Amino acid sequence: MNHLLRGHAPISDAGWEMLDQEARERLAPALAARKLVDFSGPFGWQYSATNLGRTAPLGSAPARGVSGAKREVLPLVEVRASFALPRDELRDADRGAADADLAELDKAAHEIATAENVAVFHGWTGASVGIAEASPHKRVALGETTEGYPGKVAGAVEELLCSGIAGPYGLALGRDQYRRVAETAEHGGYPLLDHLRQILDGPIVWAPGVKGAVVLSLRGGDFCLECGEDLSIGYDSHDAEVVRLYIEESFSFHVATPEAAIALGP
Amino acid sequence: MGFDQYHEPPDELPQATRTFARMCASLTEEAEAIGWYEQRLAVESDPDALAIMRDAQGEEFKHFSMDLEFLLRRTPAWREVARGILFNSGDIVEHGEEAEAEAFEGGAHRGEEGSLGIGSERGGSR
Repeated sequence: MNHLLRGHAPISDAGWEMLDQEARERLAPALAARKLVDFSGPFGWQYSATNLGRTAPLGSAPARGVSGAKREVLPLVEVRASFALPRDELRDADRGAADADLAELDKAAHEIATAENVAVFHGWTGASVGIAEASPHKRVALGETTEGYPGKVAGAVEELLCSGIAGPYGLALGRDQYRRVAETAEHGGYPLLDHLRQILDGPIVWAPGVKGAVVLSLRGGDFCLECGEDLSIGYDSHDAEVVRLYIEESFSFHVATPEAAIALGP
Repeated sequence: MGFDQYHEPPDELPQATRTFARMCASLTEEAEAIGWYEQRLAVESDPDALAIMRDAQGEEFKHFSMDLEFLLRRTPAWREVARGILFNSGDIVEHGEEAEAEAFEGGAHRGEEGSLGIGSERGGSR
């Protein structure tokens, strides 16, 4: 048994399979960052820091005739979303109930996926610098209506090209912006979603947690999400009524090329 | 009734491993059936018989694919390798080498107990 202590939970093998599958299905649509940035790992729970290849000077040397420098690393952060499930629901699932109430798990899955998106696209104070805050490009607001979306996305792509950043490009859209794009057909009935895809030559991703939108290059090597422990479900405690579990991961995020993305405000 | 899918005493195997072995055996049988129908179709000349065999082979395609999907869902590392190879154009062997390296060298912890085995989601979001 590893640190997730799953063996201590009063959950059957079939129950764990159901919970893992439910979590995968709920996480996949919301993990926007993993659809757009480089991903490396997982390197395990004990993996603690990303190598940045840089050093910081040290004020003094321990002896005459030597000099020293301290390696700089980016520590991984641990993220956890806790939830509790009624034991009655797990028992019903073991009997074959297909409609077990896993709402708390679903909520936790959405929350941790959103947290990962925010850390990658907007940053997490003390943990990571996000793509939007690292970008040196001028931020343009998308606005309340979609009429200006094609022009602003095309403008962002052209600005990336001017900076020598090759495509294809991806677009992360916040919830409101995605809904507006998805429901809009332009003059002649052409879906706005398809028009934007043609401009980008890449994917448009629903990105809960993103404020506005981010256009970024998918050529690779610009944005790295490094994973220690990949998303996993662990056991916390239980009583006669509920089992308390959590979804957890550890990761670092590093922007190697700040100019390879442009944030579009809401 | 044979139990050839087990190479270890079944009583010592966990339930999940027995199910896994059954599905692997089923996958093999579906692949064999696809091959048999391919041979029969190659030599049959009666158009009605051909139509029936084509339909039957289509069923085997479905069965094989369902078995495979089941096994991939239960095996994150296999799923990761398959993701790098299946439905991609280009050099199959090259994709295989890259997918293997990614799954087992870059991601040696992907199949760890409790991991949901999600990894990168690049490639399926257009």
